[in-house]
Amino acid sequence: MSNSLKFRGVLVLLCLLLSLFAMAPSLMRNSLPQWWLDTFDPIQLGLDLQGGMHLVLGVDVDKAVESRIDTVIDQAETQLREKDIIFKRIERRQGDRLVILVYDNEEGTKVDTLMTENFPSLEAETFDGAGGYIEKHYRLSDSEIANVKDYAVRQALETMRNRVDQFGVSEPTLQRQSGNRILIQLPGVKDPKRAIDLLGKTARLEFKMVAEDANVQDAIAGKLPDGTQLLYERNLNRSTGAVTENPLVVVDKTVLTGDLLSDANVRIDTRFNEPYVAIDFNAVGAKRFDQITAANVGKRMAIVLDDTVYSAPVIRERIAGGSAQISGSFTSQEATDLAIVLRAGSLPAPVKILENRTVGPSLGQDSIDKGIKSIMIGGLLVIIAMVIYYQLSGIVAVTALVLNLMFISAMLSLFGATLTLPGLAGIVLTVGMAVDANVLIFERIREELRLGKAPKLALDAGYGKAFLTIIDANLTTLLAALVLFQFGTGPVRGFAVTLSIGIIASLFTAIFVSRVVFDFFLQGRDVKRLSI
Amino acid sequence: MQLIKPDTNIDFVGKRKFALVVSAVLILIGLASLTVKGGPDYGIDFAGGTLVQVQFAEDTDPAAIKNALSGIELGSLVVQSFGDNQNEFLIRVENTSGELQGLSGQIQAALEATYKEGTVDIRRVEMVGPQVGKDLRSKGIKAILYAMLGILAYISWRFEFRFAVGAIVALCHDVLITLGAFSVFGKEIDLPIIAAFLAIIGYSLNDTIIVYDRIRENLGKHNKESFPFIVNRSVNETLSRTLLTSGTTLLVVLALFILGGGVIHNFAFAMLVGVLIGTYSSIFVASPVLIFWEERKKASAKKA
Repeated sequence: MSNSLKFRGVLVLLCLLLSLFAMAPSLMRNSLPQWWLDTFDPIQLGLDLQGGMHLVLGVDVDKAVESRIDTVIDQAETQLREKDIIFKRIERRQGDRLVILVYDNEEGTKVDTLMTENFPSLEAETFDGAGGYIEKHYRLSDSEIANVKDYAVRQALETMRNRVDQFGVSEPTLQRQSGNRILIQLPGVKDPKRAIDLLGKTARLEFKMVAEDANVQDAIAGKLPDGTQLLYERNLNRSTGAVTENPLVVVDKTVLTGDLLSDANVRIDTRFNEPYVAIDFNAVGAKRFDQITAANVGKRMAIVLDDTVYSAPVIRERIAGGSAQISGSFTSQEATDLAIVLRAGSLPAPVKILENRTVGPSLGQDSIDKGIKSIMIGGLLVIIAMVIYYQLSGIVAVTALVLNLMFISAMLSLFGATLTLPGLAGIVLTVGMAVDANVLIFERIREELRLGKAPKLALDAGYGKAFLTIIDANLTTLLAALVLFQFGTGPVRGFAVTLSIGIIASLFTAIFVSRVVFDFFLQGRDVKRLSI
Repeated sequence: MQLIKPDTNIDFVGKRKFALVVSAVLILIGLASLTVKGGPDYGIDFAGGTLVQVQFAEDTDPAAIKNALSGIELGSLVVQSFGDNQNEFLIRVENTSGELQGLSGQIQAALEATYKEGTVDIRRVEMVGPQVGKDLRSKGIKAILYAMLGILAYISWRFEFRFAVGAIVALCHDVLITLGAFSVFGKEIDLPIIAAFLAIIGYSLNDTIIVYDRIRENLGKHNKESFPFIVNRSVNETLSRTLLTSGTTLLVVLALFILGGGVIHNFAFAMLVGVLIGTYSSIFVASPVLIFWEERKKASAKKA
C-alpha cells in the first residue's frame, strides 16, 4: 500500500471513529458511561422538535419613564411642602414632563432652586400658563431617558431570570434583543399558560388606604373625588369557580410598596384550609408598616397587585414586626406563583407579548419521527437509484453518503448546533444533493473511459476535471446558506446550519473519502474494466 | 446503466424561443394570480396573527369549531383540517393580543367550554405581533437580496459577468415561478418558505454553474465552432448528470412531501416546484440567456 493511501485511509478511519463517539450520546444516552456523556453532548434539539416555548416580550419602556417622573413628583411634593413653598399643583404631562404651577415669580424662583439642587438630571423651562399662573416645566434629558429605558429592560430581564429560576425549567434561555425586546426560551415547559403569567406579570404590590367616605356609585359613574382612584376587588367563589369583581375607591397615594419586601411564602390557613401568602418586610418596610398601621387603626387598607385589589382588611391594631399576609381567594397554585413573583421582585414596567411560539411535546416527537422516516426512505431511494445506475461504483457513492450523514450528526453534536425541523429538512436535502458531486465525478470518468483511457487514468482524470466544478457549485450554495444564517431567525437558522454543515461534509466525503475507497480496491491490481 | 446515450445531441438551443414562451406563460400565470389575490398570501410570520393547532378526541368539523369560537372577537377566522390525523385542525386568526393571556388562551377556554375539558389538546400555538411580522418580512427580503448579490459577485469573479447575469436571470425566473405556484395553489408564505426559496436559489445555481463550467471548458477546446453550438453541446454533455441529480433530489423531496408531516408540507412543496423549475431553467433559461446576450452584443457592434 502506498504511503499516501495509508495516510488518507487512516485519516478517514479517524474521522469515522470520532463521529461514532460523538454520535453515541444522541442514540443511546442511557447505556453509556458518565465520562463519555461528559465529553460528548447529545445533539441539541430545537424547541419545535422537543416541545417548549419561545417568547419575545416587549418592555413598555415609556411606562418606566412615566413611573420615574411619578417618583420624582412624590419626592418633590414632599420637599416643596417641607420648605413651605406655595404652589397650586404638581403633575405629570405628556408622559415625560413634570409641571409645577405657581402663582408668582418669587415662588417660581424658589421652586427652580429646589429642583436644580435636588434633581440635577431634569431640564427646566418656564411658561406663562392660563389664568395667570406660571408653569414650571421639567423634563428628563434625552440621555437620562435613554438610561431609564435601558435600565428598565435590564431590570426586567434580571427579574424574569429570577422568576424562571424559581419556576424550575431546565436550561432556559433569556436574552436581551435589540431595543426593548427580551427573548425567552423554555424547553419542555409543561404548562405554557402558567409560565406566561409567571414571567409577564408586573407584580407591582402596593398598599393603599380605602377612601371610606367616597361614594362607590358616583365613582363608577365617573365622578371620583380628587386624589382617589377606582379599583376592583377580585373574589372567587370556591363552589362555582366564578370570579366576581367588587368596586372599591382607594386613596391614590401608595403608602407602601412591595419593593420593601424581604420574603414571601405560601401558608395554609388552618381554619378554612385556604392558602395565603405570608410576606415579611425588610427593616425599612417593617418600620413604615408599623407607623402606618398605628396611624390608621380601624380603617381599611387595600392590598393591590397590578391594579387589582386582593383584599382590603380592617386594621385592628398596630402591627409591629413587619409581617403581613395576603389572603385573597387563591387556588394553591396561584398562591405559589404569587409568592414566587413577590420574592423575585416586580417588573419595572409592564411587558407585552410580541411573539409566542409554543410547541407541545407530542407534536415535537411527531415531527422527529416523521423527519427521520423521510430521511430513511429518501436515503434508501437514493441508494437504490445510485446502485442501479452506477453498479459497484454506486456502492462507493453510497458509502460516501452514509459517512456523510454520520459526519453531519457528529458535527452537529461537536459544534453544539441546534437541530430544528427545517434543519431536518436541510439534512434530507443534503442527502439528495450530496450524491451530486459523485455523479459529476462518475460522469466524467465515463467520458474518459469512452475516449479509451485505462480505468486508473480515467479515474484520475475524472476526479481532476470534476474537482473545480464541484467546488464552484458548492461554494455558491454555501454562500446562500451563510447569508441565510446571518439574516435568518429561529428555526430557519437551523436550516442554514445543517445545510452548511451538510455541504462541507459532502465535499469531504464525495471528493476525498470516495477516492480513498476507489484507490483501496484498485491498488496493485490491473483492472481491465471499471464497474461504473 | 445509462439514461442518456453519450452521442445524444438534442437541439435545446434551437428551441430557446419556444422555451421563452413557456417561461413567460408560467410567470404570467403566477403574476396574474398574485395580482388577483392582491399580493402573496403571507402566513402569520409575516402578516402577524395567531395560529393554534388543536387535536380533538371526539369527531368534529371546521363549522362546529367556528361556532364554538363565535363568542370571541377574532378578526378573520380560518379553520382547516391539518395533517393526516382525523380530528386535527389549524385555527388561524388575524388578530393578535399582547396581553398575557391573549387570544390563544381565550380560544382554548372557548373550545374547552364547548367540547369537554381534557379532550382538547393544544399542540401548537404561534402568535406573531404586527411589528415582529414586519421585521421578519424585511429580514427575509434582505436575505434573498444579499444572497443574490453575493452570488453575482462570486460568479463574476470565477467566470465572466455575462454568466453572472444568466445565472441571476435563471434565479429570478425560478423564484418568480415558485412564488406564483404558491399563489395559484393558495399556499401561505411563512418563514420556512424563505429558507426553501434560498435552498432553491442554491440548488438552481448549482445546476447552472455545472453547465456553465462545461461551456467555459468547451469554449477553450472548440474555438472554431459557433457560440450557440458550444452551448448546446455543453448542455447535452451535462444532461445525464443534470437529470440524475435532479432525480435523486426529487426522490428525497418527494419523501419529505409525502412523509414529512403537516408542519413541513409547504416547505417540501416549495422545494418540489423549485427543483423541477431549477432543472428546467438551467437547460432552457440560463444557457440561452448567454446566447441572447451574445447576439445583442454582435448586433450593437454592427450598428456602431
